[in-house]
Amino acid sequence: MKALKLKRDWIIGWLLLLPAMVFLFAFTHIPAITSLVSSFYSTPRGRRPAKFLGLDNYQRMFDDPVFWKVLGNNLWFALGTIPLSIALAIVMALWVNDKLPGRGFARMAFFTPTVLPLIAVANIWLFFYTPGFGLFDQLLGLFGLPATNWLGSPETALNSVIVVTVWKEAGFFMIFYLAALQAIPKTLIEAAQIEGANRWTIFWRITFPLLMPTTLFVSINAVINCFRLVDHIFILTDGGPDNASALLLFYIFETAFRFWESGYAATLTVALLVMLCLLAIGQFFFFDRKVHYK
Amino acid sequence: MTSRQSVAVAGEEIRLENVVKAYGDSRAVDDISVTLPAGAFTVLLGPSGCGKSTTLRMIAGLEEVTSGAITIGGKDITGLNAARRNISMVFQSYALFPHLSVAENITFGLKVRRVAKAEREDRLKTVADLLGLPLLLDRKPSQLSGGQQQRVALGRAIIAEKPVCLMDEPLSNLDAKLRHEMRVEIRALQQQLGFTMVYVTHDQVEAITMADQVVLLNGGKIEQVANPRALYEKPATAFAARFIGSPPMNIIPSTSLPLLGENAPDVLFGLRPEALELRSEGPVRGRVRTIEYLGADTLVACDVGGTDVLARLPSGRSVAAGDALSFGFAPDTLHIFDQTSGKRRDDLITQIGLQVQSS
Repeated sequence: MKALKLKRDWIIGWLLLLPAMVFLFAFTHIPAITSLVSSFYSTPRGRRPAKFLGLDNYQRMFDDPVFWKVLGNNLWFALGTIPLSIALAIVMALWVNDKLPGRGFARMAFFTPTVLPLIAVANIWLFFYTPGFGLFDQLLGLFGLPATNWLGSPETALNSVIVVTVWKEAGFFMIFYLAALQAIPKTLIEAAQIEGANRWTIFWRITFPLLMPTTLFVSINAVINCFRLVDHIFILTDGGPDNASALLLFYIFETAFRFWESGYAATLTVALLVMLCLLAIGQFFFFDRKVHYK
Repeated sequence: MTSRQSVAVAGEEIRLENVVKAYGDSRAVDDISVTLPAGAFTVLLGPSGCGKSTTLRMIAGLEEVTSGAITIGGKDITGLNAARRNISMVFQSYALFPHLSVAENITFGLKVRRVAKAEREDRLKTVADLLGLPLLLDRKPSQLSGGQQQRVALGRAIIAEKPVCLMDEPLSNLDAKLRHEMRVEIRALQQQLGFTMVYVTHDQVEAITMADQVVLLNGGKIEQVANPRALYEKPATAFAARFIGSPPMNIIPSTSLPLLGENAPDVLFGLRPEALELRSEGPVRGRVRTIEYLGADTLVACDVGGTDVLARLPSGRSVAAGDALSFGFAPDTLHIFDQTSGKRRDDLITQIGLQVQSS
């Protein structure tokens, strides 16, 4: 009798899980496993089916100069966007957390880039970057500096994309910091003031350590975003010139849907997944010792 | 005992002159002038919303003064920020830094002021011994009980040996037994170290048991400044009379006591429940409404000419609801207040006191 009831609970439990599981499997797990499997096969073409290649695709990846190029770009992109956008987010959050006139407006202004669709935003930035008569060149022209093809030259293309990304991400991260700042009891700051601490000391000794859980969360998100963002590259540079601004995911997209090399694209995807997993795990272990959770 | 423990801190006098705190049109603190003597334990007492916490926060520098001046040790500190006022403070919520250990919490201020490490350790040891914290120094605040957190907050306040210590309802988060212990301990600590204490509470028992001087506030104004005994025995206003003592003093309009009030109209009579005694033909006459048995005593609520009057009677005497009782009292236990201003009217005591004796 009891066993029967237990069995029925199990069935109901699984039935309740089923809808979510179907979608999770159909759109996450099965594609991931299929990708892993395809990464060991050649790309099927016409009447020629996929052929098992073993690790040949991986060998090709390690020998592929473009792969290393986009990986390097991605690293530079991460180093350029993550610390800068986090620092900006904290500064903006501290600013709009204080009592200042027009606080609501400032908060809205900082968050606007997150709300705007990137395609629309990128068009505005395209204008800013236009050689000769774009905003930047006009401003620099006032000081007699020559025009620059910001998005068109290999030296500046990736950095120009980084600026757009920081502008876009910082406001989003600011929201998390703002929420965290408001959760810090005001009396802690007052107690530190009474103990003789100035604003700078209060920030580094009290506020910043108490924001650590948020910093962990935000930095993991930032890292994932670094590998996840492609839309602005499509609009701004299309990966060029000479792959100077191509990132890993952009390269995967090109390989899969422009060159139709789905086998090799699957291999690159697996590499990306492995890297993301290692980064996330590493961050957790690295931060865990330094983060104070309430 | 190290030599440091015997070093007393020289407390400093705090003076408030016409201090006002206004929020828009409403005044949270309304023109307060009072002197808190050096080395004394002063309690700011009053019901919630009376401005006592605001006053404390203005002394601390956490709240700006709208007008008026505050001096500590003769120095005007009205415009100085909190960090430079040379004070310490214990918050109601303790305000311990959750990411720092007990030791780091206590020495935070010393570290901020760049006191040498050897001296920090030395002082930490003294304070930890004084408060019974040596075994807890490595813990985080979240691993401590409420009473232990309270001690850490105390430690952080006294380690810097500041001349002034402010406390904002520090015991309100503790249970009754612990509260009693900490009351005794804080008082002893203050007397041992000798700093000037400003202590905010809404609990009259805390005020009476700990204070050298009580500043009773109501509606942003001072009702009375006195030592606890004077506050209980000679309340300056009807409000003070009702606020101190448990159960509170009976305040009876003269119309309810025709025998006493015939030639003193428009006054309020104040009689403590413990001052009333059963006396046939006594001047306070009423009918018993409810009885509350407290063991040694019984609290009897009577309807006296339309006013509720409480009397504390020895439990030996059996009383039932509906009984008609009459009470007398010793002449010097009668308080008289002006009906409109609420101020004490000692000038009427003799006149009415004679009536009491004759009746």
